[in-house]
Amino acid sequence: MDILIYLIPIALVLGLVGFLGFLWTIKNDQYEDMDGAAQRILFDDDDD
Amino acid sequence: MTGMTAQNASCLHCDAPVKRAEPYCCAGCKAAHEFQALSTPDFSFHDCINTDDTGTHSLTLVVQGMHCGGCIQKIERTIKEHPQVSFARVNMSTERVKYSWKGARERGDAIAKDVMDLGYQLRSLDQQSLMEAPSEEKILLKSIALSGFAAGNIMLLSVGVWSTTGETMGFATRDLFHWLSAMIAIPTVLFAGRPFFRSALSVLKRGQTNMDVPISLAIVLACCMSLFETINSGEHVYFDSAVMLVFFLLTGRYLDARAKGKARQSASNLLSKLTGTAMVLEDNKTTRVAASELQPSMIVLVAAGENFPADGVVISGTSEVDLSLISGESLPKPLTVGAGVYAGTLNLVAPVKFRVSEAREETLLSKIVRMMETAEQGNAKYIRLADKMARLYTPVVHLVSLMTLLGWLFLLDAQWQVAMLHAVTVLIITCPCALGLAVPIVQVLASGRLMRHGILLKSGDALEKLAEIDTVIFDKTGTLTQGNLDLLPGLWSRSDLQLAASLGAKSRHPLSRAISKAYKGKIHDLDVEEVPGKGISGCFRGETVKLGSHLWVDTIEGSDVTTASLWLKVGDHPPRQFLFTDQLRADSNAVIDMLHALSIDIHILSGDRRSAVKQVANDLNITHFTAETSPLDKCDYIDALQQAGRKILFVGDGLNDAPALAKAYVSMSPSSAVDISQTSADIIFQGDALMPVIRAFKTARISKTLVKQNFALAIMYNIFAVPIAMAGFITPLIAAIAMSGSSLVVVANAFRLNLPQSKEGV
Repeated sequence: MDILIYLIPIALVLGLVGFLGFLWTIKNDQYEDMDGAAQRILFDDDDD
Repeated sequence: MTGMTAQNASCLHCDAPVKRAEPYCCAGCKAAHEFQALSTPDFSFHDCINTDDTGTHSLTLVVQGMHCGGCIQKIERTIKEHPQVSFARVNMSTERVKYSWKGARERGDAIAKDVMDLGYQLRSLDQQSLMEAPSEEKILLKSIALSGFAAGNIMLLSVGVWSTTGETMGFATRDLFHWLSAMIAIPTVLFAGRPFFRSALSVLKRGQTNMDVPISLAIVLACCMSLFETINSGEHVYFDSAVMLVFFLLTGRYLDARAKGKARQSASNLLSKLTGTAMVLEDNKTTRVAASELQPSMIVLVAAGENFPADGVVISGTSEVDLSLISGESLPKPLTVGAGVYAGTLNLVAPVKFRVSEAREETLLSKIVRMMETAEQGNAKYIRLADKMARLYTPVVHLVSLMTLLGWLFLLDAQWQVAMLHAVTVLIITCPCALGLAVPIVQVLASGRLMRHGILLKSGDALEKLAEIDTVIFDKTGTLTQGNLDLLPGLWSRSDLQLAASLGAKSRHPLSRAISKAYKGKIHDLDVEEVPGKGISGCFRGETVKLGSHLWVDTIEGSDVTTASLWLKVGDHPPRQFLFTDQLRADSNAVIDMLHALSIDIHILSGDRRSAVKQVANDLNITHFTAETSPLDKCDYIDALQQAGRKILFVGDGLNDAPALAKAYVSMSPSSAVDISQTSADIIFQGDALMPVIRAFKTARISKTLVKQNFALAIMYNIFAVPIAMAGFITPLIAAIAMSGSSLVVVANAFRLNLPQSKEGV
């Protein structure tokens, strides 16, 4: 059962990475304009 | 209509390649280009610029006329071409653009001018509405993220505990798992549970109860009891149940908040119509003044294609005004000296001067918006089915829990910890997981099903209310009818139509547009002159040609025609008449018949002329109709019927319908409706058909049956589970299985909504 000492922190850290990533997307206002985001993917230029 | 002669194979607006004979690549470019042809008034957004400490100016404006991704790109690129612009972003969902720049404050207007020159209309926003950041949505989203993260990790640990026994895995390991769960769960519940705690506290203060009370109590007690068990190295902890419950319930709450936020934004976008600027005439000089600074008795000049900034009386000039925003009438009204004008309506043909009588908050537009807000507040008293259930359910559950505690303490002489454990288990097992899902899952499925048919539900309540209606009231223009004029077949030849289309090609009068729409082909290039309120004249092959009213072509025929008509006169030949009609939606008849068959009362309530309304009522076999109603009349009419105990569905599309939409028990709007009507309506439907009314109504009735069945299932589950919990036989594993099992049954039942029901026609 000693393996738990590694496995549990790894599981928690992985979850935490996803969680923090999601918080970052919220902070970046990525859910403010869903309609626009759907259109922007079709733009050709990559400068944005 | 500048594109009718186009031979080139590229879009007139954006130079993208187009199909032959199509002047524009998309509807968005067409609209933008047409708007560009109108005079763009000068303006200033100077008052709306925010400057921060670093000297960066920023401006947020409402953009009108965006339709596709190309629009976003064009606007952003244009803004970024300016030097020192640090930020430019279009928000398509809220129809707003925000940009920031350094240096001269005045540059903001120059940038806005360039965007306007692209053909998009810009309007300033009420500063206050910008301040109200949608922080509630963000907090909810963060709470969902946190509880989702927590629920996943705790379940990972819990499954480990459940899959074996304390002896096998070691008591120390089990305690470690419990402590880890506690360390994740308690901060999560404290942060993510706040929406429930707050709501529960506020209703308890008023001496009432709702679903949030048993939810909050169960969450808090489950955590406290589990913590106590953890400290004492106990066997059973319920952190997973508590956190999972928070996660699922938050998701529903977020969707609710998002819909409300969207409605608030479109309301403030509409009010921005009043925050534009106006050209004020003073001592023969014109000055630009913000509409919010207009005072009664000021003289204002309004260009063709501009909105009137205030209510008032015309003192010079002749034009036509599009009143559809206020009255719902389809035809433009002639505007002469002495005629009254209303803020927000559109000046169509020529510039006019008018004297302001009512400005800002006193305008009819503001009054309508206020009326709508009042009506909405009056209607907010509706109690959801789930809350009605909660009022019955909460006392029973809490009583049973208390009885369990007392029973174990006094009848069975148990230790208080044991008695407490069993009492809390009762609370957790009865926690309205299935009950909380019974309504939302049916609503989610029903709204998804309706969405596939182009019907958008703004709130779950709408579905519950729709199932109960006994009266439907329709607006006429744009609801029963299509809302735009179509040319009727007549005695004219194709060359007559070609000539009429050539004359009217550049006119923005709705009848000219109807002709242009009916005529697909090459047009003659003519020099034409338009006389506001009368007609158009031009020269064709040496002869004078005229297109306009019967007075314009000197004929006495047709002066008694009730439908819209135009006359074309070539030289001295007898004039030809074009008749137009606002055609009924193709399935209006079928829908009215089906409503009759469901024995629902049908009324028409319109702001249009009596003759036009009567015609439609006769065609559709509707006996109750009222014409020439003001927005307030509509509200009163609905109020009177509702006082008499009727449950009313109101279907309408104009701004003049907005207060009535808010007042009615439940309301629907077509997606062609003005923003504010879409905001106040509970349901929005797309397309040219009226059938969505029937479809929504039938789906609502089926949903109601399913919700009732779900409640019955949830109660049955409790009848079995509660005695087991009271007897103390529940473990966290059984609780998790029972809770998810009952939820699954409820969900499965709700999915019956998607079974084919073709015989019912939904």
